[in-house]
Amino acid sequence: MSIVVNELTKYYGAQSAIDSLSFEIRGGEIVGLLGPNGAGKTTTMKILAGYIEDFQGEAKIAGLNVRQEALAVKRLLGYLPEHNPLYLDMYVREYLEFIRSIFGTNGSGPQVEHIIEETGLSKECHKKIGALSKGYRQRVGLAQALINNPEILILDEPTSGLDPNQLVEIRQLIRRLGEEKTVIFSSHIMQEVQALCDRVIILNKGKIVADERIDQIDRLLHPGTIVVVEFDRDIEPESITVPKLTNVKKLSTGRFQLAFAGKSDQRREVFDYAVSRKIRILEMRQEKSSIEDVFQVLTK
Amino acid sequence: MWAVFRKEINVFFTSLTGFVVIGVFLIVLGLIMWVFPEYSVLNYNYATLEQLFTIAPMVFLFLIPAICMRSFSEERQTGTLEILFTKPLSTWDIILGKYFGAIFLVILSLLPTILYYYTLYQLGSPVGNIDGGEVVGSYIGLFLLSAIFVAIAIFSSVLSRNQIVAFLLAALLCFTIFWGFSFISTIPVFLGSLDEIIQKFGIDYHYRAISQGVVDTRDLLYFVSAICIFLVLTQYLLKLQRK
Repeated sequence: MSIVVNELTKYYGAQSAIDSLSFEIRGGEIVGLLGPNGAGKTTTMKILAGYIEDFQGEAKIAGLNVRQEALAVKRLLGYLPEHNPLYLDMYVREYLEFIRSIFGTNGSGPQVEHIIEETGLSKECHKKIGALSKGYRQRVGLAQALINNPEILILDEPTSGLDPNQLVEIRQLIRRLGEEKTVIFSSHIMQEVQALCDRVIILNKGKIVADERIDQIDRLLHPGTIVVVEFDRDIEPESITVPKLTNVKKLSTGRFQLAFAGKSDQRREVFDYAVSRKIRILEMRQEKSSIEDVFQVLTK
Repeated sequence: MWAVFRKEINVFFTSLTGFVVIGVFLIVLGLIMWVFPEYSVLNYNYATLEQLFTIAPMVFLFLIPAICMRSFSEERQTGTLEILFTKPLSTWDIILGKYFGAIFLVILSLLPTILYYYTLYQLGSPVGNIDGGEVVGSYIGLFLLSAIFVAIAIFSSVLSRNQIVAFLLAALLCFTIFWGFSFISTIPVFLGSLDEIIQKFGIDYHYRAISQGVVDTRDLLYFVSAICIFLVLTQYLLKLQRK
């Protein structure tokens, strides 16, 4: 089931939270929504989930208009809001049964027991939600989002505030869910996005600054190839002459970042150059720009 | 709507609020009706439930805001309202679920007082010497009055995230709408000219009319419209807050 967003704009007073966002997410994709605080990630998710009704532009989920067919859209969605709000006085099972009862007993969704098992809550389901640790509360939040067996999952920072073990578990769960569902989630953790997503959309100040497949993300910064090399002595950057070299950046004494046009490996050429000039190479590696670099450059 | 209704009832009784509310209501009324000599029916020598219907609105003035103060303010405070609004529920489903949940609790607290009626019926000399029509009218009046109080208290709980503020606002609004207009009408400027019209804006005027055993459609219309006004305002505010 697809999500189509067209010219989505939302103003808070005179300030725009998101400005003419357009993107399309195909069924079965896991898409990460990245951006600094205040970039508009949560606003976008709230609009898609049907919480914010006052916006300009158009958002469609599975062909249904989010504004006009809100109730039908909400039946298809699972949504985990930011900060994972929960009724702390309710028991885990009681809460999940309540959420399920909203969808009506004749819904085709899996039973509460199945969801409890799937989210690893079996041992905790007799406890009050207020008595659970943060990791288990996060599971309860995910469980309520899954209770109607949604085709589309919208998760707003599902892993924030978890310890490393809980993080791994929740990520595994999201990955498993992503095998059959369309998942859109926001995160601050770059490695997480890299590990989980098929595609990443980076927002900054309400606009999309990047929308790329995750394996292509390094292309955004450097369309060519980067080689970092350290020579045994300092030389003038201008004196380096290697075929296809487009730019030389001095990192420290004797250390250079060389940018080349094209995707071919240029380390042999750099080696030949050093030999011809009788310079010794102490270190050389081809570098890929990480998603952090891309994020930092694009959202500066 | 029924999912929210059932949840509200469950929360009332798992958090003990329900038991405390019903307990406090019955203890206060029981003491005043049967124990304190100044008001006690046993010293009054007439088989009447007048005390019940005079005291109950005052008790409800505090109890109903206490029941309803958390209904929206807590959900806004903790963010759970976002969960409800992103499930296939309309705003009216949520408001009416909460409204009828509180009404149900009010009915539960009123039901045991039927025992008072039975007791007085038996105590009457001869047995059964009690004005049944007046009692039925008064019950209807009391129910409608509490239905307005619930609507006001739910409306107040949308106004603030702070439960105490919501409680105080609700109590103040209930007081003003119940007695306030009667007090205003006694200001000398209005006497003889506008005093009756002003009184008609208050609940007191219509409550007393129904308590006499005459269920007039004009009074019914007053109660129903007041409830609708506060619920519509609630819906409007909720919509504003989601912007």
